[in-house]
Amino acid sequence: MGCSVCNEQHAGAEGTRIADSEGVISIALVGNPNCGKTTAFNMLTGARQHVGNYPGVTVDRKEGTALLNGTPVRLIDLPGAYSLTAFSQEEVVVRQVLAPADKAERPLAVCDVAEACALERSLYLTVQIMELGLPVVLVCNMMDEARKAGVQINLKELSARLGIPVVEAVARTGEGLQGALRQTIQAGRTARKAGSAPLIISYGPDLDPVLGIMSAFIEERSILGGRYPARWIALKVLEHDARILEELRTDSPEAVAWLEEQYEKVAAHLKETHEVAPDAIIADYRYGFIRGVVRGVVKKEANSQDRLAMTDRIDKVLTSTLIGPLFMLAVMYLMFYVTFEVGAYPQGWVENAFGWLGDTVTESLPDGLLRSLIVSGLIDGLGGVLSFVPLIAIMFLMIAFLEDSGYMARIAYMLDRVFRVFGLHGASVMPYIISGGIAGGCAIPGAMATRTLHSPKEKLATLLTLPYMACGAKLPVFLLLAGVFFPENAAGVMFGLLLAGWASALIIARILRGTIIRGQATPFIMELPPYRLPSLRSVLIHCWERTFMYLRKAGTVLVAVSILIWASMTFPGLDEERAAPFEQAIAAAEAQLEQAPENAPEREKLEAALAEAQNALAAEELRNTVAGRIGTAIEPLTRPAGFDWRTDIALLGGIAAKEAIVSTLGTAYSLGEEDPEEATGLAERLASDPGWSKAVALAMMLFVLLYSPCFVALVVIRQEAGSWGWVAFTIVFNTVFAYGVAVAAHRIGLMIWG
Amino acid sequence: MMERCRLRGLKPGARACIREVTATDEMGRRIRDLGLLPGTEVEVVGKAPLRDPVALRLMGTTLMLRNNEAEYILVEVL
Repeated sequence: MGCSVCNEQHAGAEGTRIADSEGVISIALVGNPNCGKTTAFNMLTGARQHVGNYPGVTVDRKEGTALLNGTPVRLIDLPGAYSLTAFSQEEVVVRQVLAPADKAERPLAVCDVAEACALERSLYLTVQIMELGLPVVLVCNMMDEARKAGVQINLKELSARLGIPVVEAVARTGEGLQGALRQTIQAGRTARKAGSAPLIISYGPDLDPVLGIMSAFIEERSILGGRYPARWIALKVLEHDARILEELRTDSPEAVAWLEEQYEKVAAHLKETHEVAPDAIIADYRYGFIRGVVRGVVKKEANSQDRLAMTDRIDKVLTSTLIGPLFMLAVMYLMFYVTFEVGAYPQGWVENAFGWLGDTVTESLPDGLLRSLIVSGLIDGLGGVLSFVPLIAIMFLMIAFLEDSGYMARIAYMLDRVFRVFGLHGASVMPYIISGGIAGGCAIPGAMATRTLHSPKEKLATLLTLPYMACGAKLPVFLLLAGVFFPENAAGVMFGLLLAGWASALIIARILRGTIIRGQATPFIMELPPYRLPSLRSVLIHCWERTFMYLRKAGTVLVAVSILIWASMTFPGLDEERAAPFEQAIAAAEAQLEQAPENAPEREKLEAALAEAQNALAAEELRNTVAGRIGTAIEPLTRPAGFDWRTDIALLGGIAAKEAIVSTLGTAYSLGEEDPEEATGLAERLASDPGWSKAVALAMMLFVLLYSPCFVALVVIRQEAGSWGWVAFTIVFNTVFAYGVAVAAHRIGLMIWG
Repeated sequence: MMERCRLRGLKPGARACIREVTATDEMGRRIRDLGLLPGTEVEVVGKAPLRDPVALRLMGTTLMLRNNEAEYILVEVL
């Protein structure tokens, strides 16, 4: 069945909703980032989990089934959040799941995972969930670390003060998790029978009276239909929460004016008397309440070792002025090297396997459209898509390691100052590098790596500009053209293109952040988690999730698009009249070859003549297809950049995969399909062609660097950006931008080299 | 009474108590949500290689914030 909160169909075992006498048992797992919540989720659900996306946002929706004494329980692993304001997509998602529009979707109870050593900060979220009126069980996680650091927590007293069950656990080993889950279900069942009142804390003499009045007003009119407790809505109005105000405006527009009026009154009064805003008072009192709860409950042994002492010592070296950046460069280079050098082996195996499959089918089927569809459309397309799977898996294995170990946060810490200049985030560097910031990357895993960016605007700007990097598939074009037209300085040209990729990405990012993705930088306050050794289990699960996500896309959209591209480069076929002269030439060449005696010296020449005749036909056929006609039609448009129809067709083919540019160019120049790795025939042909020159080569290289990304990358961009609108933008904007640069480069090239 | 200064001006190793947070709206909420509010004790544990952002220790955790965000936080050096 479909789920109203997520846009995925729950399939298979993990989707089977288990109903007991009361209906579905679903438990929400919440907690701060890095609190070990996902580790707990993985321990409880094992392989019985399912990842999807929340609609409209690119936040993972993770669900799984935990077994409690053999009874299945549905667990929702919510994204990490510090608070229930609508600050980030993550927090909005947490709010939506805890207080859904349809009350039936509400989880039975909340299992709140807190880092035992950071209890005060964790309770800030706990208190807000309690204010929402949901039954909560507090799990003090990482108790092993706390014990080691000499931190003692009086669980009984804490539980009594908060009025909720409190348990301890070590998620890494699974200690205490089953008990925590059992208690959560128990708490939920009790609350369902007896009801659970939302927590009410005092917000001081300035706010309490108005909160009371507003709550009564909201209660009376049952505003927002009981989705949230009345006092909670009043609090959000005083915090001036944009999302709640919007909900109120659609739900009860007449009430909003009055509520806003109350807010304005209080705000004006507070500004006059204390020079603060209501939300500041609310945070103060909430933390004040928490400090009262924690006082005397958490004790630290006097002569115990600081648990962060080790992390601090490591940071003294790894984030120092000199060694810090050097180590970071080494890590990034190593990561890049492993992804693409080591990944090349399994990638090669996948390619070979599909190559073999293609050959086998070619041999066993008669020549014709069906064979062409299966081999060139289906097998080549699927093979091209699947060959990225090893790269994605290896890269996410390492990204998960860097994230879980805490080093990723340090990269953001060290580079933030640099990337902020361009309206980006310190964590933007990883997607750029993977996309080809070091030549030879790939925008597909690069775009997927933007998931590590939690600031939406910075993420979007990174996502839209990373296709400018010199990815591995563009390199054959660069190598070919640089080798033919700039033989004396090919390496310099390659390096220049790499820099041009970076410069374009950063400058365009800056422009985007000042125009269509405008907005203040997202506040950067992030946690620097303690260094921890990641568990193999969570690294593997994370890697599998990403790979699976890609595979699911590959199975649907990608194959369809690949067939579409094949069709546009195959149809319509050449009519007989136009094909006739070519067929005759081929027949003549074949006849001559047949007549020539075995081992005769002239056979070689005749074979070459036959191949030439066949290639001439292939070129004519290509020109006649939809893609060929488009290429020919836009020739006048691309003339200023120095491109003729052959180049245009090749560039169109490049949208399928950049690897196709060289091979399509080969076909268009009647050379047969060129092997992109050693296109010697094409190199000679281009060198002697009057339509080609240094200026054209330069324009072409820059165009290939900057124009529309390949369709696999586009599909991944769709997935990460959340809408096809951004994909359309990427195609059009990048192509127009590339065109502008190419025309300028052509002009300048003509001036310099004549 | 000790003199107040901006958190931004503190050197690594310095300890201080927050007295006032002047940021408002989204940034103000974010700063407070993470526990940076009057009465919280903080220690500067380090600065990034380019001297921005700054790493802070508070309530047993480490946070990083940019200098322009630290600008809004007034502290009393301990």
